[in-house]
Parts: sequence; C-alpha cells; structure tokens
Amino acid sequence: MVDAVRCEKLVKIYDAGGQKVVALNGIDLNIKLGELMMLVGPSGCGKTTLISVIAGILDQDSGVCELFGKNVNVMSSKDKLQFRAKNIGFVFQAFNLLPSLNAAENVSIPLIINGEKRTIAERKAIEVLKQVGLGDRWKSYPSQLSGGQQQRVAIARALVHSPRLIVCDEPTSALDHTSGHNVMNLLKEVALHQDRALVIVTHDARIFEFADRIAQMDDGHIIKVT
Amino acid sequence: MNHIALKMLMGDKGKYLGIIMGLTFASLIMTQQPAIFIGILARTYSFISDTGLPDIWVMDEKVQFVDDIKPLQDTELYRVRGISGVAWAMPMYKGLLKARLADGTFQTCIVVGLDDTTLIGGPPIMLQGEISDLRRSDSVIIDVDGLNEKLNKPTADGKKIPLKVGDSLELNDRRAIVVGVAKVTRTFQSQPVIYTTYSRAKSYAPKERKLLSFVLVKADKGQDLGELTRRIREKTGLAAYTQQEFMDITYNYFIKNTGIPINFGISVLLGFIVGAAIAGQTFYSFTLENIRQFGVLKAMGTSNWTLLRMILLQAVLVGSIGYGMGVGLTALFGYAMRHTILAFKFPWQLLVFSGAGVSLICMIAALISILKVMRLEPAIVFKS
Ligand SMILES: Nc1ncnc2c1ncn2[C@@H]1O[C@H](COP(=O)(O)OP(=O)(O)OP(=O)(O)O)[C@@H](O)[C@H]1O
Ligand SMILES: [Mg+2]
Repeated sequence: MVDAVRCEKLVKIYDAGGQKVVALNGIDLNIKLGELMMLVGPSGCGKTTLISVIAGILDQDSGVCELFGKNVNVMSSKDKLQFRAKNIGFVFQAFNLLPSLNAAENVSIPLIINGEKRTIAERKAIEVLKQVGLGDRWKSYPSQLSGGQQQRVAIARALVHSPRLIVCDEPTSALDHTSGHNVMNLLKEVALHQDRALVIVTHDARIFEFADRIAQMDDGHIIKVT
Repeated sequence: MNHIALKMLMGDKGKYLGIIMGLTFASLIMTQQPAIFIGILARTYSFISDTGLPDIWVMDEKVQFVDDIKPLQDTELYRVRGISGVAWAMPMYKGLLKARLADGTFQTCIVVGLDDTTLIGGPPIMLQGEISDLRRSDSVIIDVDGLNEKLNKPTADGKKIPLKVGDSLELNDRRAIVVGVAKVTRTFQSQPVIYTTYSRAKSYAPKERKLLSFVLVKADKGQDLGELTRRIREKTGLAAYTQQEFMDITYNYFIKNTGIPINFGISVLLGFIVGAAIAGQTFYSFTLENIRQFGVLKAMGTSNWTLLRMILLQAVLVGSIGYGMGVGLTALFGYAMRHTILAFKFPWQLLVFSGAGVSLICMIAALISILKVMRLEPAIVFKS
C-alpha cells in the first residue's frame, strides 16, 4: 500500500533579513496510512516547517514530498489547492477558529470550501460535533467555549471532510493535562483509522504514549525514529 | 463563502460600526460640502432663474454677469420689440441703491424695476400682498429675508424689528411704502431685493441718460430661441442670451473671477481625501486584524479568487451602507437648513459624484486588502 507521506532529502532555507536559516536539512521520512506519527525535538529544530511542507502550505527548496503517491509540488496551483482542501485536515496550537462563526459554522468550513451547500455542510458539522462530544454546543461561539472545547471543535473541523491526512501543531500545549488527554484520546480513537494518517508536532512528553512512532528532530535533521 | 465573509465582517460589532462610520463620514463630507458649494454657485444666477417668464435676456454686449449692469437707452426696448419672432419685450431696471432706514442708517439694496403695466419679471413667490399692489403710488415689494435680516426699524425700547407691510423707507430721499413681502432665492451677496415699477425705479435711481438694464423677451410660439437671439444680436448690436445661457455666463464668471469656488473646491477635495483615508484605513485595518482568519481559510484550500470575492463583498456592503447613511445625513442636514441663510443644493450629479467617490475609496481599500491577502503565506497559521 502507498505511504501517506514520503519525504526525501527535503531542504528548506528561510531568508531572514539576508541571513540564511536552514530549517530543514535533508529530511527523509515516511508515514504510513493508519499511523499516528509524532514529531518531537527542541525549539527551532524545524518541526513546524516540516509539517507546513507536508501539508502543502509551504514550498520546499529542494527534495521531494509525496502525499499518497502524488507529488503535490508539480501540480498546478489550482489542483494543489483542491488537493489540500480534500485531503488535509489542520489542528493548531492556537485553535484558529473564526470568532464570529459558531461551532457548527466553523466545522462546516472545509465542506463549504469543497463546494458543499451550507445547510448540508452544517448538518454534517453537527454530526461530527456529536462525535467529539459537543453535540449540544453547536450554537456556541468560540469565546463561549473552554480551550479544551475549542480544540475539540477544531478537531471536528479537521475531520468533517474526511481527509486522509491530519496535521496537528502542538495540539495540547495550550491545554491543561486533562483536556490535553481528552484531545489526544479523540485524535487517536475518532480521528485515526486505517485510511488516514496523523502527524502531530509536540513538546508535550505526557502525550508520547499515544504515538505509534516518534520521529526525533534536531537542527533540521531527523535523528531517530522509534 | 459569502455567508462566512458577512459573518466575519459583522462578527465584531464595534469594528463593523467603525468602518461604517468612517464611510458615512466620508460620504457626508463628499456630499455636504459640495452641496453647499453648488448652493452658493447657484445663488450667483438665482436672480435669472427666479425670473421665469422671459425666454431671452437682452443687454449691453459688454455685460459679463447678472450683477454687471451696463445700462441701455430706453429706445432699445422699441428696437427689440420690432424684431420678428418677438412675442413681447419688457424693460427691467436692476441696480444697487441705498435705502435709508428709520434709525438713520443705510443699507444697500438691489432695486428691480418692472414694466409698469404688465409687471413682468416680478418675484416668484408672494408671501403678503399682490404684485399688482405695485400699481399703488410709492409702493415697493421687499423680499422676506432682506426684511428679517437687514431692513428693520427700532422699537420704542431700542429693539430692532423687521419692516412690515405699511411701513416706509427712503430710497435716494424718496419715500417708498412696503405693500408686499416676497420670497426670492438668495443672491450671492444676499442684499435685500426691492421690487417696484420701472418708472418708479427710474425716479429712485440717480439721474442718468441710460437706465434700462435688461430687455426681457418672450419668443413667439414655435420660434427657435437660438435663431432669435442671433437675430436680436444682428439687428440691435446688443447681447442676447437665452435664460440658460445667461445663467451659464454668470456662473462661469464667478468660477473664473472669484477665489471662492477654488477655495471651496480645495476644501471639498481635502474632505474627500480625509474621508477616503479614514474609510480606507478602517477597512484595511479590519482586513489586517483578520489576516489570520484569511490565512486559515487559505491553508484549508480557499483560492485567492474566492478570498478576493469575499473581501469585495465586504467592501461593497460597508460601502453601500456608509454611502446611504452619509447621503441620508446630508439630505437631513439640507432639510434642517432649508430656512436658513445657508446655501444648499443637492442635484443628482452630486449623488453620482459622491457615489463614485465612495466606490473608489472602497475599491482602493479592498484592493490593498486583497493584495495583502493574496500575498499571504498560509504557513503563518502555525505561528502562535
Ligand atoms: N518565516 C520564517 N522566516 C525566517 N526564519 C524562520 C521562519 N520560520 C521559522 N524560521 C526559523 O526556522 C527554524 C525552524 O523553525 P520552526 O518554526 O520550524 O521550528 P520548531 O521546531 O517548530 O520550533 P518550536 O518548537 O519553537 O515551534 C528556526 O530557526 C526559526 O527561527
Ligand atoms: Mg513550531
């Protein structure tokens, strides 16, 4: 079976005011479908850069990154957008919910981007909110929800369009221990299944137990995968 | 996505109101100031537009605008009457004369003398009395604003009250009795306007050989006015203008020869720029504050084209509301000021001008916002 993600010799160099910062320095990494892969490593080692490239929202300078056997880099920008809209779900450290939309409307966004009608999208969104335990809060606005609840809405938003890859950057670091555990349980039990891969960037040693594999990064390299 | 764009826009009531208020203010400045400006300019020719009946004004060829009186000999009236295509021609005296008030002070007034029998060229609206009352001896009709503001008499306890029907004043040492009160459109210099008959006006005026200011001409039915003015010019050597032409000449004279239009134009322009800056700035900062939300939408696969449409929709919405409110406020202002000295005129061209102005502001603000969002790296969404 084809891998969810296959990175080969990925290099990304930032130009920070004339100064070159090598954020990714030859990354080789494979992630299988049905797998929960964690990316760990010291601050500034390139974790966020790596999942940005994997998710297709940042272009590498060299190397190849294939998703489900497809080289996204060679696609036209329109195809790339559609591919991203269909196949990738995002979960962020800062939740990034739209404050003026209620939970159901927030969750429905990926469906609407994929061309779904609003009423149908919102009905589906409420279904997914039920799965993350917020079925009764679909009318709430982000400001009316706790951090843990907001992150659960964000997970519902990452799930609603059934993407094949979900990328999460520090999904638990803004949350207390219990909420963090709840979020990880949801990701592991609800989000993960055999046709989908999860990549989770984290600092949070308390959640390492949820990983199928852990890739350790340092200074733009992957130094160990366990 | 339109629904999301609208919710984003209205989600934060405070910011939303801020943008609307910026645009309202811009529209207000862009309509209210020019409306006053146009109102002032319209006053330059208000005497002509108030005199509705004649088709053509005949005058000395050197006359540059309506207050620039170069008198003719009375015989010119008969020459004009003799021209074919002229239904009737009436004399009009117009001049500035000093009125002596009961307390001994003087006030310069516009004195208008009308044909003794027909009284053609009289005030548009009579508030008290009849125009035909001018047939009584020593009678004059005075405009109401002139009475209220400038022509008054002291009471026993020293207060000043406006002259009223039956009161008298002196014009060049000759007695004039107020028999009527008229409403006229204010003139540029806002002097009181005193109507009387042509022969009485001549007796008020300083003795001169020539006293005929204008010959007012009505054309025969079906007579082409352009042709008739040309014929009058050829036959008499005088200038002849249709009412519209005379208004244009007067208006252009003021535009060219006084600094007022230019100064006002500059203040209108400044208002436009300030309004544009405020409205554009609030809209742009709204986009900036929501840049992360646009980034999230972009990361999740929203195309630049869709984001462009969302921002345009937001701009069009706030633009229309702000414009509507601004124009509405201007209209209210004009309505509230309708009985005051303030000049105010709101022609449809101004509506188009300010509409175009507000659209321009919104387009520019939207464009800058759109460029910002298009260049946005979706990778910012992972930055905390
Ligand atoms: N937009 C950018 N411009 C310039 N340099 C950048 C940019 N983004 C990241 N970097 C640099 O690239 C390197 C890797 O950054 P990255 O954000 O991927 O690290 P990280 O592993 O996610 O760190 P953290 O754990 O603190 O989130 C860092 O040295 C960072 O300063
Ligand atoms: Mg990071």
